[in-house]
Amino acid sequence: MTKLRITMAVNGEPADLLVDPDKTLLEVLREDLNLTGTKHGCELGECGACAVLVDGQPLLSCLLVAHECEGRQVTTVEGLVEDGRLHPLQECFADLGGAQCGYCTPGILITAKALLDREPHPSRELIKEALSGNLCRCTGYQQILDAVEEAARRNP
Amino acid sequence: MMRLPSYRYRAPKTVADAAAWLAESPAETMLLAGGTDLIPNMKRRQQTPSTVIGLRSIPELTAITRGQGLTIGSGVTLTGLVHDARVRAHYVGLWQAVAQIATPHLRNMGTIGGNICLDTRCTYYDQTFEWRKAIDFCMKKDGDTCWVATSSDRCLAVSSTDSAPALIALGATVTLVSAAGTREVALSDLYANDGMHYLTRRRDEILTAVRLPSGNGWRSTYWKLRRRGSFDFPVASVAAAARFDGDHIVDARIVLGAVASRPLEVPAASARLVGQALSNDLITAVADDAYALAKPMDNTDFELVWRKKVVRSLVTSALRELRGDDMREARTKLARHPLIVVS
Repeated sequence: MTKLRITMAVNGEPADLLVDPDKTLLEVLREDLNLTGTKHGCELGECGACAVLVDGQPLLSCLLVAHECEGRQVTTVEGLVEDGRLHPLQECFADLGGAQCGYCTPGILITAKALLDREPHPSRELIKEALSGNLCRCTGYQQILDAVEEAARRNP
Repeated sequence: MMRLPSYRYRAPKTVADAAAWLAESPAETMLLAGGTDLIPNMKRRQQTPSTVIGLRSIPELTAITRGQGLTIGSGVTLTGLVHDARVRAHYVGLWQAVAQIATPHLRNMGTIGGNICLDTRCTYYDQTFEWRKAIDFCMKKDGDTCWVATSSDRCLAVSSTDSAPALIALGATVTLVSAAGTREVALSDLYANDGMHYLTRRRDEILTAVRLPSGNGWRSTYWKLRRRGSFDFPVASVAAAARFDGDHIVDARIVLGAVASRPLEVPAASARLVGQALSNDLITAVADDAYALAKPMDNTDFELVWRKKVVRSLVTSALRELRGDDMREARTKLARHPLIVVS
């Protein structure tokens, strides 16, 4: 199979790659770029574990053919850290027990970041709706919603 | 881990190029828009095209333009549609339908064209290759038998699009473009009641736009049954639209979703409604018309006899809402979804 070239920006850094046309963005992130923070969940768009931001919008990297990301800005959970400091969402998840096994956490953090970037002070209803595509089998969701609310509260 | 099968990927920049490339081998080529339907199906080997034409780089597919009504490019995302003020103001039933599709992530990706062409679904079909192989496959893919009803000579997979019932109720047409030319058909005529051949779209055609007539004078609504308040496909739904002159109905369409292999219009209901005001007795009679027509099969979530009964209550709620009754509490109870949209 002929590999195709893609150039995109991942967490602010340029990535220039040759990949098979049948690779998803999830596979490219994990296998070609060693960014394993983004998780393989159901791989069918039913869980949200693989969510990443593409041009600021939360999408499911398991359903996105990597070639369709040509020229786009991709942000993964690794991109939340700035100058070695955790994102406020990450701090709040740690402080309030928003993660237990942690497998769904990267997808939830990324999705919550997209929400707070657009709506710095969302209602709890809006947080629930924004995260309604992210399944968590451990927490029962309450601590996750609390953590996002707390991060919003710490927003200036 | 589920990998995609190998295919040749092509990304045209114009509809004309896409149509020309599709015409080269229409039977082996599939169109990729948002990917939320095709990609899972390819991973499970339900669909294995040798060529995939990605439509994402075609700007002309992503516009919403106003004329007499509204023309929506097939590549407009479901999120793009729910954020459109014109849709929210004039085509409420469509807005409610699209706002309840899947999840915010999937609405960010999925397109209106993709939801219109959504593959029909079935317990015996939407499974991994190994699962399907273990039951010797079904007639929709690789097998001969319909496991929903083994004596059936046609596939009974269920139409699971939320947008199509709403669009048909609003009188939508769609534009189909091929290398040979362009045609416009009523959306209702795009569908056939056959789980395998559920679209009358030819394999060399691209659905490029959906056109809505003016919404002036019309009220519309969409009610959906699903297990969870997010994610799930409809297992019964109803779209209702009516044009009023005062209290009296001048024109009306009721369309059922997820109770056949196509969105199912209820012609008896339309005939019964025209010229009348929405009394409780009339609503009951129309709900009975819909109940009689609905034929849910045992191939999706929830028990089929109960799903058929729910159709009656969905139609009742929809018509009461069109009448102006305050249905917010009933809707919240059913949908468990606030119908708010993340920006």
